[in-house]
Parts: sequence; C-alpha cells; structure tokens
Amino acid sequence: MNAGPENMIVVKDLVKKFGSFVANDHLSFDVRKGEIFGFLGANGAGKTTAIKILCGLWYPTAGELKIAGYDIYTQREEVKRNIGYMSQKFSLYDDLTVFENIRFYGGIYGLRKKEIKERAYDLMVRLGLETARDKLIRELPLGWKQKLAFSVAVFHNPKIVFLDEPTGGVDPITRRQFWNLIYEAARNGITVFVTTHYMDEAEYCDRVSIMVDGRIAALESPDNLKLKYESATMNEVFIKLARVKVGKP
Amino acid sequence: MNQVAVSVAGLSKRYGETIALHDISFEIDRGELFGFIGPDGAGKTTLLRILTSLIIPDSGKAVVEGYNVVKDYRKIRSICGYMPGRFSLYYDLTVEENLTFFATIFGTTVRENYDQIKEIYRLIEPFKSRKAGKLSGGMKQKLALSCALIHRPVILFLDEPTTGVDAVSRLEFWDMLKRLKQNGITILVSTPYMDEASLCDRVALIQDGRIMRISSPGEIVRDYPYPLFSVKAKDIYRLLGVLRDYEGVHSVHAFGQLVHLSFIEKYINLDALRDYLHQKEFHGIEIHPIPAAIEDCFMELMQGYKDQIVATNNI
Repeated sequence: MNAGPENMIVVKDLVKKFGSFVANDHLSFDVRKGEIFGFLGANGAGKTTAIKILCGLWYPTAGELKIAGYDIYTQREEVKRNIGYMSQKFSLYDDLTVFENIRFYGGIYGLRKKEIKERAYDLMVRLGLETARDKLIRELPLGWKQKLAFSVAVFHNPKIVFLDEPTGGVDPITRRQFWNLIYEAARNGITVFVTTHYMDEAEYCDRVSIMVDGRIAALESPDNLKLKYESATMNEVFIKLARVKVGKP
Repeated sequence: MNQVAVSVAGLSKRYGETIALHDISFEIDRGELFGFIGPDGAGKTTLLRILTSLIIPDSGKAVVEGYNVVKDYRKIRSICGYMPGRFSLYYDLTVEENLTFFATIFGTTVRENYDQIKEIYRLIEPFKSRKAGKLSGGMKQKLALSCALIHRPVILFLDEPTTGVDAVSRLEFWDMLKRLKQNGITILVSTPYMDEASLCDRVALIQDGRIMRISSPGEIVRDYPYPLFSVKAKDIYRLLGVLRDYEGVHSVHAFGQLVHLSFIEKYINLDALRDYLHQKEFHGIEIHPIPAAIEDCFMELMQGYKDQIVATNNI
C-alpha cells in the first residue's frame, strides 16, 4: 500500500459483508491526486456499497482505508470535511432558491459568511445563473440543477469529490458541459471519483476500474483496457468483462 | 397492411407554470417498435401516462387502438401493458407472487398466458421464491416486463425501462423487445439513451415538451446537414477549445476519446486542419469523415431550439 501524499484514496483489502453475502470482496486500489477515476460495474456488482464506505457513510467489515490521508475508522469527521458528494438522487433542496442552497452548503462545509458571498457570486457567474439567483431549484431545468449541484459539491474546495451517476437522464449537451466542469475541477487539483452508466464518459477518465461480483476485475487507463481486451470502445470492454451469466440473480 | 395503433393530435399538458407537453401530434403503426428519445424533463413520462389513461391532458386528443384515452379509459387499461419508470413491483412479494398478482387483477391466470412471457420469465423462474426487492436491477426489469405482458396486451408502453441499468442489461433488454415485436405487439419505449434510438423502427426526438423530429433513425442521421468528422489527438480537453476557434467550424462535441467536428462549408481542407493542429502542438492526430449518429442529430436539433428553450423557462 502506497500511503504517499500523492494518493488521495488508499484502499487495501476492503471487505463488506451483509450477513453471509460478500458485497465487496477484498478491494485494493489507490487514486492519485487530481485524477479522474471512473468506478464502473454492473448493477449488483458492489459499486454503491463501496462508494458509501469511501464517503464514510458505512463502516467496512474489514480492510484498510485512507481518504485524503485520514483513516476511515479513527478520523471520520476529518474525512467528511475534506470530501464533496453529489448523486443523481440527492443534491440540492428543491424548495430553496439557488442562492439559499449555496449559502446553506457553504455553511455546512464551514465557510465564513464573506467567503460564501464572494464564491457564490463567482459560481453563479460561471454557470450563467446570476439571473436565476432567487429561483427555486424545482423551477430549474435538470441540466442546470446538475451543474449547480456539482459546483456546490466542490464549493469548499474539497480534496476529493464523489460523483454517483451525476449525469443520469441529462441531455447530451448538458452532459458534456458537466464534464467540462469535472475537467476544470481536476485541473484545480480536486480528485474526482465518478460512477456512470454512460460508457463514453468512461473514456474521459484517467483510469477506470470495473467491478464484477464484488471484486475489481480490471483497473487501467481506458486506452490500456481497450488494448488488453481488444476493443474499440469502453462499451465493448465493459460488455466483455461484466456480462453476467444467465441465471445469476 | 399497417394500421394505426396510436393517434395523437394537439396534446398539451402543464403542471402549474411548467409546460410538460406542448401541442404534440403523431401516429404510430401497429407492430412498430417506437422510441421517445429525450432527456429527463422532456415530457416522456407525461406523454406515456396520458396514453395509458393515468393523466388527463389539458387539450388535444389521443386514441389508442381505436379507444379514446379519456372517455374509454377502462378499455385502454385492459389492452395496454405498462412498465412505469422505477419498477412497478411489490418488493415484499416474491417473483411468483408478483406475477400471479398482476395476472389476477387483469382477470387471467399465469398458466393461461405463460407462453406469452415464457422466454423472458424462464430467466428468472429459478428465483421465483425470492422477494422482488432482493433481485438485481436486470432481474427486476425482466419481472416487471413479464408482469406487464401477462394479460396479453396488444400494445406495450415502457417508460425508461433501461435507466439506471448497466450496459449489458440494457442490451439484453432490447433483445427481448425485438423478440416481442416479432409477435406483433406494438411497443412504445421512452429512453434518455441516444444510442438506443437506432434499435427502433422510428423515433421521436423530444426536448422540453416538444417533438423536434419524428422519423426512422436511418433518415434522421442521413439528414444531418453538415459534413462531420471525428478528430483524435492527445489531450481532448485542450483539443475541444482549439477546434472551437478554427474557422468555418459549426459544432465541436466530445464523444469519448474522439471529438466530433462539423463544418459550415461543404468543401473542407483537412490538410490545413492537420497543419493547424500540428502548429498547436497536438500529437497522434487522426481525422476521419464519419456518418452522423442520433446523438449528433439530437444536439444539432437542440441548438436550433435553444432560443425557444430559454423563452419557455424564463431564464
């Protein structure tokens, strides 16, 4: 295990069991600072379980885990302070306005009032949302919500941001704008840990891991994966690796 | 000889200030595998709920298999199979219990119509005593589809059946749909996945409550109006920015490891482009002419509607 300062996520032999069912079966991998790391897998492969553990929401059954240099068992609060999280299902409060959401999350992440005000303005200008400042989130189109949710998740400049299927159901133009935001964040040194069902998005990642049946079946750059599995696209790679046998639940 | 299975004219629906459907009109033939392609918020779920008699439109008319969706709602409900988004199963009932339940409420039995669902159901039958909540996403899909088919509907409405499901299960699901189509069932599917459009006979591209285009996938891609190229080079992110500044460029979009580039002019000097990219210190440059895919067409149509979108959302 390489616990050097350049590794933002360090996982060694991570195990998670629910009764006798092994959801995560000795996962081991590292994620480097500023990397865009794609975390793929078929439904039921154990991805969501792993992410919840990495975010400090669930405890592992066994294994070593360091997030942003902090130990998941003994330094949970430090972990939470140094990460951001966004998912398709949970991001912003529908019944608050754009600005109210930004101010709320800024407060939770421990930013001071002045900082919040300045950064909020920058954020809204960058996303082109100045005129939507006082609009309720529920009135915004989905694509704008997703972009705002991401910006809020990195508002406090966390070391790592976890994105759980952030572009599900979003139109193709907004999806690409969203990935521009991800690239920008990575360039600014934020490590991005993202799951997605869009295989073209897997190609935007520096490295991709594919989970099958609770284990990591592959972990390489998209180019290396395509070479190794003699495929033209990540879609092909995924299908070759993740095809479940008939009759499996 | 084709007959019309679904006929929609001037359908509109709003929720408060939000216009979910804006004057929608189209026809679907019997036995067609028809796709509604568009992102969340486009109006797909609202449309399917109207066609299955679950919501009443504000204006316009819809007729399914000769029945009016408002006046003849009882008849509609007996001839349609419906798989709503977010599985329609009872998680605390077993696989077998779910299927029996749906058969019973439609006044039939599993045995009577087993042949209808056999091909799909046999894949999950080994787990018939498992609670539906404990199935994987792909298995839930198969069960939900079986439950939608158990009463021999002549027309099937599937609302985002592949959303949130991995690429392998998506493929398997579409294989099942193609086999069903061979049995003569009319199938309407909604999906946000652009690549699934090519699996349909015809598609309607929907965005913000409006149909941008209805046609066969083949015709839609043939009608893409600009010369299109794929460009590959190291550092996609920088490449996108550089290409956008190149003269005569109409659109620049990332597609995984490639950039799709379209030009306004018909005659393109690729050597000039290659030189330009060399100058900008790109390596491993590959440029190829490519046919458009549905996603290219969808984005092109979206740009065309951009002003209307802004106006509708008052932003």
